[in-house]
Amino acid sequence: MKNARFDATVLTLGFAFLYIPILILVIYSFNASRLVTVWGGFSLVWYQQMWSNQGLMDAAWVTARVALLSATIATILGTLAALTLVRFRKIPGRLLFSGMIYAPLVMPEVITGLSLLLLFVSLNVDRGFWTVVIAHTTFSMCYVAIVVQSRLLTFDRSLEEAALDLGCPPVKTFFRITLPLILPAVLAGWMLAFTLSLDDLVIANFNTGPGATTLPIKIYSQVRLGVTPEINAICTILIGLVAIGVIAASLATKRNELRRQRDEHAAAQG
Amino acid sequence: MAKSLGPVKRKFSPWTDPTSVPFIRFENITKRFGNFTAVENLTLDIYEREFFALLGPSGCGKTTLMRMLAGFEEPTEGRILLQGKDLAGVPPYRRPTNMMFQSYALFPHMTVEKNIAFGLEQDKLPKAEIAARVEEMLKLVKLEQFAKRKPSQLSGGQRQRVALARSLAKRPKVLLLDEPLGALDKKLREETQFELTDLQHTLGLTFLIVTHDQEEAMTVSDRIAVMDKGVIMQVATPAEIYEAPNSRYVADFIGDINIIEGAIVSNSGAASGGVMLDCDGLKIAVDQECPASTGDRVAYAIRPEKVRLGIEPPADTAVNAAAGEVYDIGYLGDFSLFLVKLDDGRIIRAAQANIQRLVDRPLTFGDRVWVHWSRDAGLVLTR
Repeated sequence: MKNARFDATVLTLGFAFLYIPILILVIYSFNASRLVTVWGGFSLVWYQQMWSNQGLMDAAWVTARVALLSATIATILGTLAALTLVRFRKIPGRLLFSGMIYAPLVMPEVITGLSLLLLFVSLNVDRGFWTVVIAHTTFSMCYVAIVVQSRLLTFDRSLEEAALDLGCPPVKTFFRITLPLILPAVLAGWMLAFTLSLDDLVIANFNTGPGATTLPIKIYSQVRLGVTPEINAICTILIGLVAIGVIAASLATKRNELRRQRDEHAAAQG
Repeated sequence: MAKSLGPVKRKFSPWTDPTSVPFIRFENITKRFGNFTAVENLTLDIYEREFFALLGPSGCGKTTLMRMLAGFEEPTEGRILLQGKDLAGVPPYRRPTNMMFQSYALFPHMTVEKNIAFGLEQDKLPKAEIAARVEEMLKLVKLEQFAKRKPSQLSGGQRQRVALARSLAKRPKVLLLDEPLGALDKKLREETQFELTDLQHTLGLTFLIVTHDQEEAMTVSDRIAVMDKGVIMQVATPAEIYEAPNSRYVADFIGDINIIEGAIVSNSGAASGGVMLDCDGLKIAVDQECPASTGDRVAYAIRPEKVRLGIEPPADTAVNAAAGEVYDIGYLGDFSLFLVKLDDGRIIRAAQANIQRLVDRPLTFGDRVWVHWSRDAGLVLTR
């Protein structure tokens, strides 16, 4: 009993430590007062103000486009990488490649950002929208690859063989059989890439240029001039989007896992 | 499926006719995976409309052989001919073979109907024809009311039927069955075995089945190839495999058997006295032509049901007879298996049909008995 109370306390403190700052931000975004630290009653005024702040809206639009594009490209490349690593066991250096795909996960963002900047500079590429897209694609691709790879490892190859055996050529087999079955993992990977791109500051900061200011960069630069309730409002929306993305991705994985377990159970029962 | 009274044995034996042309020919096939040789220099002919079984323990190369015919593996050496045409380089999706997978490999995101239609859609048949064929297949496997279900909503037996229907839908020249009944329980398996033979007779297709279950192979097939370590040990009809195995391996793999090691004392041909063996004091006479000569170490093999068991000594106790006591009894319902420990310590297995009810069984543990057998009950194995 005493133990249970101790556990509950620790849990509460832990969650409080994690979520109270965010909660404060969300609460103050509904503050009627201009002063960030003084509660002046409930209001949606900053959400209205936010809409008419052209700079903020432009940044949001850039962020959305970067996230959509980079997530999509990362999903395609990441899925292909996962397929190669799982399927072609005979390629030389396979172990090295599969190790290398995890590297961006542990690489400090500053280094990823800096190295990409050096690449673009040495290639004499003007930094802007597309360099941010490329940068985000590179670092989110590995997350997609890992999610898809874990699904492919449990994929029953005889399904593809059955399709081939019934006269379906390999490429068509991929689109008719393999892709529909790994789709939940691919979508989860896309969601993950999307949210990663949405809230990235460091890598974008290194690789952006004029006219391609993403929302995190915009927020960061505005905060240096003082926190406004407007920033709180847009951050609240950002938090909401990221939360939805992460929850959707994990739900998709979870649901798929549950369905597989149920099917296996049904199969075992005959 | 028309309900007949079980499979009727056909007068079908193209392999004995030297003029008949094989439908499938494996010609000096070798398959290596790295250092491991799965199939070694194997040659095998299979005839049209034959139900052929590849039988062997796991790892004997039987599945590899089938996968080479389906096109999933390419032989390292040798060639596979189907109706005289070399299949080398023909991808699996262009081969006129269809396979029923061990795991069934039903597409989980498609309904039963869609699963069966899948192969037909690849041939770009008109919609109406596909629908008609799917319906015919569903009827064949008695699953009409399950057309709209997903595989996960079916029982194991039903899934197995869907897999069968799907592999038959394209009317392949050869149907490959990879351990098709392994996942079913015994009763359902036996039922399905008879249905398979029925189906094969009705459709007139060539079936190639891979199995490690000798009973299954015996029940369904016209001929069996017993494989071991990538090599074929014997190819023959089920009855020949059972009654006249050509080696210790085949004899031991198929059914229950007593194998007694011994040496040849005299060998004068079946007509004039046959073969005399001395198995460490036990004298055995066999009416058989045998290529071995005097002094050769051979084995005498005799099935338990051909060993006679009695309390009274037989007329001639000098050959093909020995005394001992009942050491163990296995009651199997339809018959009982007696383990008789001979006076020299050897154990002989004798099966007796339980014609009388158990209460009347005259023999029990420790009883002194005689085992004996006729001169044509067993055979000499030189391999």
